[in-house]
Amino acid sequence: MSDIPYRANSNLERVLVAGHFGVTAELGPPKSAEVEVIHKKAEHLRGKVDAVNLTDNQTAIVRISSIAAGKVLVDLGLEPVIQMTCRDRNRLAQQADLLGAYVLGIRNVTCLTGDHQVFGNHPTARHVFDLDSIQLIECVRRMRDDGVFLCGDPIQNSKKSPVVAPKLYIGAAENPFGDPFEFRAIRLAKKVNAGADYIQTQCIYDLERFERWMSQVCARGLHKRVKILAGLTPLRSFKMASYMATGVAGIQVPRELLGRMEAAKDGAEEGIRICVEQIQRLRQIEGVAGIHLMAIEWEQKVPEILERAGLLPRPVVPPAA
Amino acid sequence: MIVASQKPMDEVLGYLGGAQRVLVLGCGTCVAVCNAGGEREVATLAALLRLGGRQATEETLERQCDAEFFDPVRDQAAGCDAILSLACGVGVQMCARLFPDKPVYPALNTQFMGINEGAGAWSEACLGCGDCKLGLFGGVCPVTQCSKSLCNGPCGGSTEGMCEVDTKTIECGWQRIYDRLQRIGRLDLLETNVAPRDWSKTHDGRPRKITRPDLAG
Repeated sequence: MSDIPYRANSNLERVLVAGHFGVTAELGPPKSAEVEVIHKKAEHLRGKVDAVNLTDNQTAIVRISSIAAGKVLVDLGLEPVIQMTCRDRNRLAQQADLLGAYVLGIRNVTCLTGDHQVFGNHPTARHVFDLDSIQLIECVRRMRDDGVFLCGDPIQNSKKSPVVAPKLYIGAAENPFGDPFEFRAIRLAKKVNAGADYIQTQCIYDLERFERWMSQVCARGLHKRVKILAGLTPLRSFKMASYMATGVAGIQVPRELLGRMEAAKDGAEEGIRICVEQIQRLRQIEGVAGIHLMAIEWEQKVPEILERAGLLPRPVVPPAA
Repeated sequence: MIVASQKPMDEVLGYLGGAQRVLVLGCGTCVAVCNAGGEREVATLAALLRLGGRQATEETLERQCDAEFFDPVRDQAAGCDAILSLACGVGVQMCARLFPDKPVYPALNTQFMGINEGAGAWSEACLGCGDCKLGLFGGVCPVTQCSKSLCNGPCGGSTEGMCEVDTKTIECGWQRIYDRLQRIGRLDLLETNVAPRDWSKTHDGRPRKITRPDLAG
C-alpha cells in the first residue's frame, strides 16, 4: 500500500504520478444496444493499457453512453475513463452524471467541449454548451477538492449528512494543431488552472508542429503541473491517411507520411510501423508523460503496437490504503 | 437591425387557406431595409395573391412593434378575412395582440439581429443574451460568432481562421477575437478563465421584460 495522497486513486493517476510512461486507449461504444461489442473491444485492451477512454456520443453520433459503457468495463475489471462533453447536457445533468459515474466505480473523467452536432446523425438537434470544457473541469475539481456543487452548495444529502463528493481524476483534451496556434498553449494553461490533472491530445501526425507546441507548453512550466498524453491514431491505409489529411478539421498529416502510406504494399503494416516510430519519438520529447491511442475500430491492433513500442507489460502501482 | 427573409409562397398560401380578403401589412423599419417586408415586397406579394384570385389590400406601417402606428389600418383590419404581416416576429405578435379576432399570419422568417455586409448580405451579430461581455472580447461576440458560443477560447476545430462547421463560409469567431485583442494589445484578457454564464439573464430565465419607472407616465 502506498501513502501518496492521491486525488482519485485511479490506476491511471497512480501510474502517471509514479512517473511511468502512461498508456490510455480509446474504445468507441457501439451505435446499438449490442453490449457484446464493448466486451469484444475490452478483451483486446485487457492488461495492455492503464485505462480505457469511453467516448461520449463521439462525432455527435448516438451511441451507448460513456458512463454505461464505463460501468460495463468496471464489471469486466478494466479501468474506464469516461469522456463528458458539454454539447448534450447542462450543468445539472453533468453534475448528476458525475455523481452517478462515481458511485458506479468510475474514477477518471476527460472533460471535452464536444463535436458540433452538424457532424453527427442528428444535425437538427439543439446543442447545450451551458458550460464549456474549462468550466466543466473547474466544476469537477471543486466537487472533488472542495466538496461543493457549482452553485456552492455542499455535496451532502441533507444538512446533517456527511459530504460525500465524487473523487475523480480530471482530464482534458487539447488540439495542438488548431488555430490560432499561439493561443493553444494559453488555452492549455487555462485548463491546467481550472484543475486538469492530465491532457489527452488530438491525434498527432505532424510531430514538428507538436514539438513546437510542447516547447511553448514547457516554457510556461505546464508540463510540471499536468500529465500530457500525446494522442495517436494509427493509419490503416492510404485512403484513411488522405481522409485525415483533408477531411478532418484541425488534423494535419505531413506529406512524408502520406507518401509512405501511398507507397506501402501493406498499408496496415506501414501504419503500425509509423505509429511505433511516433511513440519512440514522443518518448524523447520533454514533457510528454504518455500516449493516448485512438485506434478507430482497430482496437485489436493496440497490443501489437504497444508490444513493438516496448510499452508492455504495463506497470503495476498498488492503490493507496 | 433585425434581418428577415421571405417564407416560401406555398407556406403562406397554406396559412391563408380560404381567406379571400387579405390585408397585406408591411413594416417600414428593419425588414424594409433588408428588402424582406417593406412597401415593395408588400406590393409584390399582394399582386401574387390577386393573381391567385384573392382581394389584397396593401399597407405598410412605419413600425409594427409599436401599437401607435396601427391606427390608420384599423378599418382595413376590421374588413378583411386575414392579415398577412410582413414584419418580424415581434410585429406579427403585436398585430395579433391588436386584432384579437382576426387571423394573423407571418410572411417572413425572422432570422437574426445582424450586420449589413454589403449588397444582399447580412450576418448574425447579437443574440440579445442580456449580459453583454463584448468588453472582454475585443468587440467580437463569442456567444454569437462561435458556433458553440464558447467563452474560454476556440475549440479544436478552428483552422486557418475558419470554423469547422463550415470551413468555406463561417469565420472562426475566436480567431477574430484573438486578432482584435492582439491589435489593441490586450491578449492578456485571454489568460483569465471566464466563469460560467448566468443564463438566467437570457431567455432561459423567462420571457424578459424591462420596466423603466423614469419613463413611465
